[in-house]
Amino acid sequence: MKKIINDPNSAVQDMLDGFVAAYPNDVKRLPGTTVIARKDAPVTNKVGIVSGGGSGHEPAHAGYVGEGMLDAAVAGEVFTSPTPDQVFEGIKAVDNGAGVLLVIKNYTGDIMNFEMAAELAEAEGINVKQVVVNDDVAVEDSSFTTGRRGIAGTVFVHKIAGAKAAQGASLEEVQAVAEKTIQNVRSIGMALTPCIVPAAGTPSFELKENEMEIGIGIHGEPGIERKEITTADEIAVELTEKVIADLGLKSGEEVAVMVNGLGGTPEMELFIVNKKVNQLLSDKGITIYDTFVGEYMTSLEMAGCSVTLLRLDQELKTLLDAESKAPAFRR
Amino acid sequence: MKLDVAHILDWMEKANDKIQQNKTYLTSLDQAIGDGDHGINMARGFQEVIGKISASDYSNVSDLLKDISMTLLSKVGGASGPLYGTAFLKMSMALKDSDSVDYPQFVHAMEEALQGIKQRGKAEKGEKTLVDVWETLLEQLKEQDDFDSVRFEETAKLAMESTKELEAKKGRAAYLRERSIGHLDPGSVSSYYIFSSLSDVVKESV
Repeated sequence: MKKIINDPNSAVQDMLDGFVAAYPNDVKRLPGTTVIARKDAPVTNKVGIVSGGGSGHEPAHAGYVGEGMLDAAVAGEVFTSPTPDQVFEGIKAVDNGAGVLLVIKNYTGDIMNFEMAAELAEAEGINVKQVVVNDDVAVEDSSFTTGRRGIAGTVFVHKIAGAKAAQGASLEEVQAVAEKTIQNVRSIGMALTPCIVPAAGTPSFELKENEMEIGIGIHGEPGIERKEITTADEIAVELTEKVIADLGLKSGEEVAVMVNGLGGTPEMELFIVNKKVNQLLSDKGITIYDTFVGEYMTSLEMAGCSVTLLRLDQELKTLLDAESKAPAFRR
Repeated sequence: MKLDVAHILDWMEKANDKIQQNKTYLTSLDQAIGDGDHGINMARGFQEVIGKISASDYSNVSDLLKDISMTLLSKVGGASGPLYGTAFLKMSMALKDSDSVDYPQFVHAMEEALQGIKQRGKAEKGEKTLVDVWETLLEQLKEQDDFDSVRFEETAKLAMESTKELEAKKGRAAYLRERSIGHLDPGSVSSYYIFSSLSDVVKESV
């Protein structure tokens, strides 16, 4: 393992301090916690929005804390959900009586920890609602299993729910628009190389020199298919077609596109993928309202990318365009 | 026999030893079908448990179990933190103010713990989770009227080994569907360490 760290056990703590040092006017770290909150939290007369999850997905989730997006992000250990006490601290720090929305990615651990935190908060009289993001079309959607994972599409949920809350909407209204975003966002990822969790020291899986995995999860969970690597165009088509089919997108509809790097892929390659995504959508008569290319939801140093499409209506377009001062999503 | 504060302290010491010794093994099991952090998380959490409970004095098992629960809840993370945290919290509640635990009380506490785990994880037996070990053990405990440390350990081991042939329906391994078959469930293995440690405590005290 070759990493720029001091100690695997302090990687998350060091990262959080470095993050606050980079954006001292925007965010603060709640003392003794792994919570990054808006500097001015709690904001008066506004629903608070709290998200978070395991670390290793930077800029998620702390990068999305700021006016117009999240009020707080709770960081767990690398690829490990934060604990209920930490999430509870985040909820308390952003609540001012208007209630708090939790944006949770659909993983067993995240759901259990955030639900326990919500129970603790409710016991203290804080009104808490939650939404669960499950945009990964690589996973079969079945009521008998854990269901689909939450991946890069979560960033759009942060943006839109955050914009709605900034308008002064009620907790129920913010939850409703977050649910609407979740209904209309789908993603799928692929990887060329695995990543190494600092505390583990070894790769979580192996791919041969000529192999890629389609449908990979953001913690290196296995995907749909492992096969020989092909061209960027073919990869872009395979990923985008799966998302289009699952969303049931038709000619004449409008979307936002996100081509997300998993941490070890140069922007050059992401733009090469985006060229084909753009072309494919245009060929199908699907209008691209806006495009986001870059690193939004990473998986440490994994090489690979994901493609996310968000179906837009007028309300979602307005909220997507609204101002955001979050360091990783300035609008 | 009855379990008292000293027995529970010894139980946690032994469980921590087993988990520390098998940290890499647990992580490798989790790398095969999960996200590869189970050994790291359990080792960190149980080390914190030992730090917490060895620095405190306890007059009853309920308070001790509550501290174990709260430490696991806040230090393990992942899915295991809430699950083990809930299990020990339910035991603590079931044994409120008891300074020692007789066999029927222990069975009752195990029953409450299992219900807590199932509610928290929304899992049933046969879905390749730690419920497979806890529920199988509870069934065996109910067939007897006193501790049988040998049978207790054997039952836990068999239940743990039986997860190898199951297809995961809950947790991150469920994404693998039939590809999860042939791998042990890491949570069942850590549960086995916890219960085989309890078996050792019982064995040494009779």
